Amino acid sequence: MNEVDPKACPITANHIKVALVGQPNVGKSMLINSVSNAHLHVGNFSGVTVDKTEVLFDYEEYSFTVVDLPGTYAFTDYTIEERVTHDYLCAEDYDIIINVVDSTNLEKNLQLTSELLTMSKKVVIALNMSDEAEKEKIKINAKYMSELIGVPCVKVSAVTKEGIGELIEAVIKKHENVRNKPKLFFSEPVEEEIAQVVWYLDKHRFESANTHRNIAINLLKNNKKTYATLHDEPIWTELQPILIEASKHIELHHDSDDIKEAFAEEYAAFNRGIVAEVVKQEIKLTKRTTTEQIDSILIHPIAGIPIFLFFMWSLFQLTFEVGAMPMEYIDSFFIWFGETLGSTISNDDIRSLIVDGIIAGVGAVVLFVPNIIILFIGISLLESTGYMSRVAFLLDGFFHKFGLHGQSFIPLVTGFGCSIPAYMSARILKNDRDRLLTLFIIGFMSCGARLPVYVLFAGAFFSPEMAGNILFLIYIGGALLGLAAAKLLKLTAFKGLEEPFVMEMPKYRLPSVKLIWHTVLTKTMMYLKKAGTYIAAASMLIWFLSNYPHNFVIEESYTSIISMTNKEDVKIKLQYELDEALLEASYLGRIGKFSEPFFMPLGFDWKMSVALQTGLAAKEVVVSTLSVLYSLGGDVDQDSNSLMGAISKNISLASAIAFIVVIMIYLPCLAASVVFTREAGHIKYFFYLFAFTSITAYVMAFFAYNIVLVLT
Amino acid sequence: MKTLLDCNKGCVVKVLKLNTKGDLKQRLISFGIMKEAVLEVLEHAPGKSTIEIKVGKMRIALRAQEAELIEVQKI
Repeated sequence: MNEVDPKACPITANHIKVALVGQPNVGKSMLINSVSNAHLHVGNFSGVTVDKTEVLFDYEEYSFTVVDLPGTYAFTDYTIEERVTHDYLCAEDYDIIINVVDSTNLEKNLQLTSELLTMSKKVVIALNMSDEAEKEKIKINAKYMSELIGVPCVKVSAVTKEGIGELIEAVIKKHENVRNKPKLFFSEPVEEEIAQVVWYLDKHRFESANTHRNIAINLLKNNKKTYATLHDEPIWTELQPILIEASKHIELHHDSDDIKEAFAEEYAAFNRGIVAEVVKQEIKLTKRTTTEQIDSILIHPIAGIPIFLFFMWSLFQLTFEVGAMPMEYIDSFFIWFGETLGSTISNDDIRSLIVDGIIAGVGAVVLFVPNIIILFIGISLLESTGYMSRVAFLLDGFFHKFGLHGQSFIPLVTGFGCSIPAYMSARILKNDRDRLLTLFIIGFMSCGARLPVYVLFAGAFFSPEMAGNILFLIYIGGALLGLAAAKLLKLTAFKGLEEPFVMEMPKYRLPSVKLIWHTVLTKTMMYLKKAGTYIAAASMLIWFLSNYPHNFVIEESYTSIISMTNKEDVKIKLQYELDEALLEASYLGRIGKFSEPFFMPLGFDWKMSVALQTGLAAKEVVVSTLSVLYSLGGDVDQDSNSLMGAISKNISLASAIAFIVVIMIYLPCLAASVVFTREAGHIKYFFYLFAFTSITAYVMAFFAYNIVLVLT
Repeated sequence: MKTLLDCNKGCVVKVLKLNTKGDLKQRLISFGIMKEAVLEVLEHAPGKSTIEIKVGKMRIALRAQEAELIEVQKI
């Protein structure tokens, strides 16, 4: 509990703990964001929230703890995220449930609601998206609905913030009041059987926190937990035959051999009744909805996939073209900043640490902020419009051939932004094998942190017109490689049956500028913060390792030769040789030299080898390492100070391509590795992943290097 | 016996039976695909590997293998 924050101290008499429950994609997280000042991640597809999140806020004299739970279609534990919700609702301690429903699709949403009503908990229903419902001319009589089902129903809109106050008032009122029974009734034959069981429990004065009706329903629904509790009671022997008889009657009535199906039909009938009573839709929609019209183009059997590829291609073109524009200014700013600051520092070592170490390292990473921003805008558009699920639909058949699930697409696309949330979102996959398989190949989707490396190399070796295409090729190539890896893994390590594919296709929504602005801002600030802290520290460490131990013997021998010559160009050449020799004698030089033979078959010099090793911490560090190493090592070309120039001068095309291949495939970063291990459930998977990616990277890079060597 | 997979684009059908059990059946039911439900086939993905249907106001993507388990009758 957050006791430090004096504003929201939950340990008061007026504390209300709310569980926020609803089907996926009904705007639960968005509702929390508009109630409090939280900034939870919001998107337009099912499975944005995969873990429970607590948000604290105050309202008048009450303090609230709201627990945002992952969306669940029914009260089941089908996927991991659904299990989180199911277990929380059954076992945790909370005061009241807010059931968020989508007003534009009440009947479907009530399926979960009616199941919640059979739990003996206080419930308030938030009829969310009431603004959208109004636009679609759907009228819901909230007052009548409250009377009918016996729990307060409040119209709200998380977007316009309408009704938020009323919702909180309703929660407080409900919390203060004694529990009143929700009015959920089944068909007569089922009610008779329930009454039979209730009568028996009443007769034996069975003691329980739950009502007898509740216990009876749970027993008839084959609820395992209720069974386990009652199984040890003495009344069980007499109760059991009654239950068997009752179940038989219900199954007979529903012409089904599945009691759960029978109850689902009961709930559906109840919901249809409620909807018929309280919902009035003025215009019957016979025409196609906007979503269906857009879908007829975007998921067209022939045009769909080319359209998707075109979108992706445009994104990477934009990333490079537009992103390159402010680069020059940022670059010259850091050079100017380094020179200006450097001139005020008299101590050589400190100046070198600050200018060549920190400023060069951080500057090299900050340089790519424009590219990162564009990429994040693209991804957040994909997330918030609802297009993501369409791509999953289009690609499922293709993915399926590679042993992947169409829904794997969601974590995989998230992986283009950052691997960490991608690992988390793999929870939407039910089957552990499918999930592990997806986890293993998420790394093949190049994350935002690798973008700087690609932009750097693409810019160094290709014309600006080509660089965007190269970027697109790298991303698509990585993804295809990932698919091939998936196939390989499916055939060997993850053999077995596959998970069914049943997925909701959400309504298209116009992305809100505010939302995208916010997502992109948060992610960009995270990137900058990382540059300012983590990358700066890594740059300092790399600077230290590349400057010490300082070899005075080499320095003196060179200085004496330099002072003997008069020719300027020889002096410069010697100075460069000196810098190189000093760098090679440093700790980092030794590590590089030590590992160089290992990377030799891939065509890497020791500086590249070192950059790959430091890149295990984070991919941005690759760029800052190269930057520190090449700026210290002395750049031969005096005209161009930039790293891009240094790279195109010092590295061959074949080596550069092999380098990109390694960056594409090997481990994303330290933080992602930690999350991967947690999500996969065992440390052994991390070692598998490390071995798998490293070997693949090495082999692929070896081929790439030699093929390019032959071709050029 | 006619299944959802046999239906063409634009076809409106009523569910007769779900020829499956356990988790998948629960899953289909929780999406509203149950006996008596009315479904409309909206779109097929390339190669008919995946289909998009409409249940009530909700659009759902299903794989061919799952569609084959849903017994339907044209209405």
